[in-house]
Amino acid sequence: MKPKPISPIHSTQYLQIKDATISFDTPRGKYTAVKNFNLTIKRGETISIIGHSGCGKSTILNAIGGLVKLTQGEVILGGVTVDAPGPDRGIVFQNYSLLPWLSVYANIYEAVDSVLTGKTKAEKAAIVESFLKKVNLWEHRDKKPAQISGGMKQRVAIARAFAIQPEVLLLDEPFGALDALTKSSLHEELVTLLSLDNQTDTVVIVTHDIEEAIFLSDRIVVMTNGPEATIGEIIDVPIPRPRDKREIIHLREYVEIHDRLLYLLMDAFAVHRKVAA
Amino acid sequence: MKDEIVLRETWPKTTLRHFTFAALKQRIIGIGQSTLWMLAGFSVLLVWWGLASSVSAGALPGPLATMKVLWQLVSDPFYDNGPNDKGIGIQLFSSIVRVFIGFGLGSLVAIPMGVLIGANEICKKLFYPLVQLLRPVSPLAWFPIGLAVFKHAGEATIFVIFITSLWPTLINTSFGVASVPDDHRNVAKAFGFSKGKYLTKILIPFSLPHILTGLRLSIGVAWLVIVAGEMLSGGIGIGFFVWDSWNALSLERVMSAILLIGIVGLLLDRGFDFIARKFSYT
Repeated sequence: MKPKPISPIHSTQYLQIKDATISFDTPRGKYTAVKNFNLTIKRGETISIIGHSGCGKSTILNAIGGLVKLTQGEVILGGVTVDAPGPDRGIVFQNYSLLPWLSVYANIYEAVDSVLTGKTKAEKAAIVESFLKKVNLWEHRDKKPAQISGGMKQRVAIARAFAIQPEVLLLDEPFGALDALTKSSLHEELVTLLSLDNQTDTVVIVTHDIEEAIFLSDRIVVMTNGPEATIGEIIDVPIPRPRDKREIIHLREYVEIHDRLLYLLMDAFAVHRKVAA
Repeated sequence: MKDEIVLRETWPKTTLRHFTFAALKQRIIGIGQSTLWMLAGFSVLLVWWGLASSVSAGALPGPLATMKVLWQLVSDPFYDNGPNDKGIGIQLFSSIVRVFIGFGLGSLVAIPMGVLIGANEICKKLFYPLVQLLRPVSPLAWFPIGLAVFKHAGEATIFVIFITSLWPTLINTSFGVASVPDDHRNVAKAFGFSKGKYLTKILIPFSLPHILTGLRLSIGVAWLVIVAGEMLSGGIGIGFFVWDSWNALSLERVMSAILLIGIVGLLLDRGFDFIARKFSYT
């Protein structure tokens, strides 16, 4: 399966979020989570959106995914306005979102079955098998989600998102609930999967983990605090790939970006609480 | 080399045997203890029953007299001496058949209605007030309607059971369907599940435990209502048997019937509980 050919303009302005404002109606009136959010993502880029909890970063991701409607503005993907979920975007949810009554295998198969409608049963089964093997879960294929660990669940969710062969991968705090060691190995697995996959190349990750953002991203979008959150700053990560976790932390660029992110999150866009919760 | 193989073969076996033996012992002790408590409870009941019988100077039959009659009844449960004299087994069986027909028909209506009300806001607005209005009505109030429509007491009783079985199933189903978590809905949206796939892979599996709870409650209430229903309808059935025994002034038979009704009710409840456990996914 080859990526569909796109014009150069759509390659540099592949995924655009234009002047996005997202408001919700709540019992206490209108709540504007995100306001005037503008971002252009190149084909093949990995972007992290980082910010404090409640800053609307997941809302933006859900808007790209088509799960949340924009109040104003638009999301344009490959030159086409997006307002609903589609097979061109694979989503990995924060809390795994596996269906507990389906086996590991069936969780992926049902997604593949409903997205890749043009394929035969055997082709779909082969796709599920190859992705389960890529995340080393083939021997656990018959287990139910309750029978496997959190890290394994998230690998199933990642395999499911890759298996529908999207162009864009959207990850919503994918490793937030995992311990540091599991998280670290999953970062590397994700990078490997991305480098081996010739269909999925553009990634948007929502996170609140600075190290994770630097290790994975080409650019890091730092959000201001909500309500009416927007982009505070965009930081380039000019660290060459492939990146080695143990080596990059000693690079001058890494330290500078780390310090800058810490400053932005702890001081510039710090959460000011009048009373401790 | 040989030693190693022997070790690997014997070690798990012995631990396995040890483990199952300990577990079995624990289990037998557990069952033994709960049986003792149960027997103690029955003894309390028997003493209390005997006292009540002697205080009432024999108006209430005592345990011994009742057991004699109960033994007579269960020793020849399926005799049939014409319309007004049938064995207790035939009576119980006909009640159970009526309950299952009424309950089955009720479930066939209640589950789809519950899915509709739970999944569709308009259906909820349209039908939920009706459900709330009709649910508190004693199902027996529908008996005359059933008689008028079906002309026969037997069918009218099944109609009453049908009405009885609707509400718990309908309400639990609609609750289950309405409480599908956003996480699951988002999976369906993000991966473009068709309506059919959403129904069979998310909505039904998620609601199944709720539906089974509803069915279990429904069959319980249906078994309660059948006795009263058959007292009204007459002819055949355990409810008719209770009323007929009262008319024949045999309270021993009434007490025996009460015990048997309790046992059947317990078995129905355990049966549905067993099925519900089979389908629980957590």
